[in-house]
Amino acid sequence: MNKSQKISVIVFPGTNCEHDTKYAFDMLGQDVELVWYEEETLPSDTYLVVIPGGFSYGDYLRAGSIAKFAPIMKDVIRFANSGGYVLGICNGFQVLLESGLLPGAMKRNQNVHFISKHHFLKVESNKNKFLSELENGDLLNIPIAHAEGNYYIDDKGLGSLIENGQVVLTYVDKNGNDLNPNGAVNNIAGISNVNKNVFGLMPHPERAMEEILGSSDGVKMLEGFIR
Amino acid sequence: MKVVVNIKLKDGVLDPQGKASLHALSSIGFDNVLDARIGKQIVLELEENDKVKAKQSVTKMCEELLANTVIEDYDIEL
Repeated sequence: MNKSQKISVIVFPGTNCEHDTKYAFDMLGQDVELVWYEEETLPSDTYLVVIPGGFSYGDYLRAGSIAKFAPIMKDVIRFANSGGYVLGICNGFQVLLESGLLPGAMKRNQNVHFISKHHFLKVESNKNKFLSELENGDLLNIPIAHAEGNYYIDDKGLGSLIENGQVVLTYVDKNGNDLNPNGAVNNIAGISNVNKNVFGLMPHPERAMEEILGSSDGVKMLEGFIR
Repeated sequence: MKVVVNIKLKDGVLDPQGKASLHALSSIGFDNVLDARIGKQIVLELEENDKVKAKQSVTKMCEELLANTVIEDYDIEL
């Protein structure tokens, strides 16, 4: 991205991670604008759209299901379909699934509980902008905080995700062995679309930007977009 | 007219809430339950008297918003 471009962080009623997300990209020296859901167009110099975590529209009906009809989403979908970078974190991932920008769906966690803790992730594919600063197999310590992170996709869909390198992050333990907190198919924590410009993940890299908060592994993830 | 929409997870898609309820039932002594699946029911009051039109309209509602057809099936009772 060049100096004049900015990162647009979408805010729906019920979004609650927009300031953490802005803070994280501010730390990386980026120009960040919060964009209210009633806007109909993204700022014209947008390079990356981030849909942050929270509980858009109270998670009523299904997580992310109502946000997809918010006025701003029409332009987010246009932006994504024209190749613009879009990152959905947690509830943002759920919004991207409900909008059809990413394949699959979210179910309640297998243990039916809200899970909030640090969890290790493994980089499965770095052949994309998001994780380009990392190596395949790298382990990352990143917080998760969700009740609906049980990612589901049918066998055929899973096959094509794997084949196209769209599974970008999986859940593991600190030694890199499979460890599944929520029941997600194939331990999937994050995926991309086929064109590798739309990304969704349940974990919160924006909450892992400083050692004093337990981990700074989020820096290497978010940096991928701005190098 | 009143239209009832029943939404449930597709057969073959594991239902975490159903499973938790099944285990809870068994732990309080109901050991005759083989399976439990949880869905939701949405009761709509439509300004419409034509059943065919009502069904068409509610089908569209289900496809666009009320159900996530990746994981859920729905049926419409008129």
